[in-house]
Amino acid sequence: MTDLDWIEAAITAARPQAVGALLRYFRDLDAAEEAFQEACLRALKSWPRNGPPRDAAAWLILVGRNSGVDAVRKQARLTALPDEAAISDLDDVEDGVVETLDADHYRDDVLRLLFICCHPDLPATQQIALALRIVSGLTVKQIARAFLVSEAAMEQRITRAKARIGAGDASFETPGPIERAERFEAVAAMLYLVFNEGYSGAADPARAGLADEAIRLSRLLLRLFKTEPEIMGLTALLLLQHARSAARFDAEGQVILLEDQDRSRWSRTMIAEGLALVDKAVRHQRPGVYQIQAAIAALHARAATPADTDWPQIDRLYAALEHMQPSPVVTLNRAVAVSKVAGPEKALALIEPLADRLANYFHFHGLRGGLLLQLNRQAEARTAFDRAIALAGTPAEAAHIRTHLDRILKETGLAAE
Amino acid sequence: MQYAILCYNQEDVVGAWTKEEDDAVMARLMVVQTNLAKQGKLGPTARLLPTTSATTLRKTAGEPMVIDGPFAETKEQFLGFYVVNCDTLEEVIQIAKDLAIANPGVGSYEIRPVGVFFPHGAPQEAIDA
Repeated sequence: MTDLDWIEAAITAARPQAVGALLRYFRDLDAAEEAFQEACLRALKSWPRNGPPRDAAAWLILVGRNSGVDAVRKQARLTALPDEAAISDLDDVEDGVVETLDADHYRDDVLRLLFICCHPDLPATQQIALALRIVSGLTVKQIARAFLVSEAAMEQRITRAKARIGAGDASFETPGPIERAERFEAVAAMLYLVFNEGYSGAADPARAGLADEAIRLSRLLLRLFKTEPEIMGLTALLLLQHARSAARFDAEGQVILLEDQDRSRWSRTMIAEGLALVDKAVRHQRPGVYQIQAAIAALHARAATPADTDWPQIDRLYAALEHMQPSPVVTLNRAVAVSKVAGPEKALALIEPLADRLANYFHFHGLRGGLLLQLNRQAEARTAFDRAIALAGTPAEAAHIRTHLDRILKETGLAAE
Repeated sequence: MQYAILCYNQEDVVGAWTKEEDDAVMARLMVVQTNLAKQGKLGPTARLLPTTSATTLRKTAGEPMVIDGPFAETKEQFLGFYVVNCDTLEEVIQIAKDLAIANPGVGSYEIRPVGVFFPHGAPQEAIDA
């Protein structure tokens, strides 16, 4: 690892805290980012010569704050209109010894920084792009490549998103418990979206790294709020899903379903961390949607073979999730467990009422076809599979359904003889 | 004589390494470890998972308390350890220096002489009995 490598790692690690704190000082995202950039430039000059500072974040905040203050002063002279609001809480800047930086603010700084990216007016893709730019410090070029758009288009998207949140009213007061809980919820949803971008695009190297990044940010949040069971649940869920990544695709890049995966290729390290976090979260007895989903993923991870899967427990967990967050997709997932525990007929009865709402959902027709097939209702199964193929989003999904159809054709062909 | 080399580092910095950087560091450390193992100087080694997955049991006057996270809030976290068999402290310091060259940047190694050591967790005769 060269000097530049560890400096880069140290800056990346310090970034959420440093930009979050600078945002609190300057109350302006652009000013905070500029000050941080300036601090990084000075770090690149100073750290190789003087060695790493003991507290990289504090160093960057202090230097960034001073450089930002210079900029504000310069601006004030030029426009001759000093912005009192912008500099009112910067009076103590000269005595800004590293140790006096208020560490208690840090965790809410990071949470706030993540939270402003989750502005409800922003579509999901913009929330993710903004978080990757501001919190993770990815370049516009890297983000553009992950989203398969031009750099100019991504630049514009991020600029618009920033203008949107700039006009918003991000609160800089220390949040109360209810406000903090709301922030956790929004941030967790956004981090899950970031993860999903990487997870669903794992075959593309430009996107695969986003799953790791979501895990890094989730761990960071948990380090700051170490007793929050839902953040444990979120971190565990991401780890347990990501643990399977090496087993998820075949040599041709086609998706391999969970039950067909080579479980020896699952990452035992990620599973160990995920299982420990699920167990920690359970002790708090404050269940939540991420904890439940993580607990389901944990049961899959604990099963040495598909046959060892604890389906009754997965069924109960999905029932709890259905109760907490009712959605046809959750019911559909539960139906898989029900089919294993109580048979295909019960599962089919559970999903038939969803036909209207999931009429255009690939997995609905795929699962329905599979259940009908188990019940020897070949003709209906075939209709369902035909519908599924028409809705398949990837060649792998279509290929999987086609194997079922081929089997039906073969079986019914034999029956006709 | 046995020494434990306790590895402390800033885990958020370690966590910001790319997979390639992490793999490269581990490969360089493995060269140092293999070399020591060949000389019969290396005992158990471990890399620990992040402190976010840690739980602490704190003894109290009554029922012990179970707390989320590591025992102490520190700027550098306890991330792993080596047990080495060396004749002199100088030799252990040299090993720690080799580890530091393999894994540069921030961090520290605390060298502690081992008092009681059971390679199998308890005296062999007690296990056999």
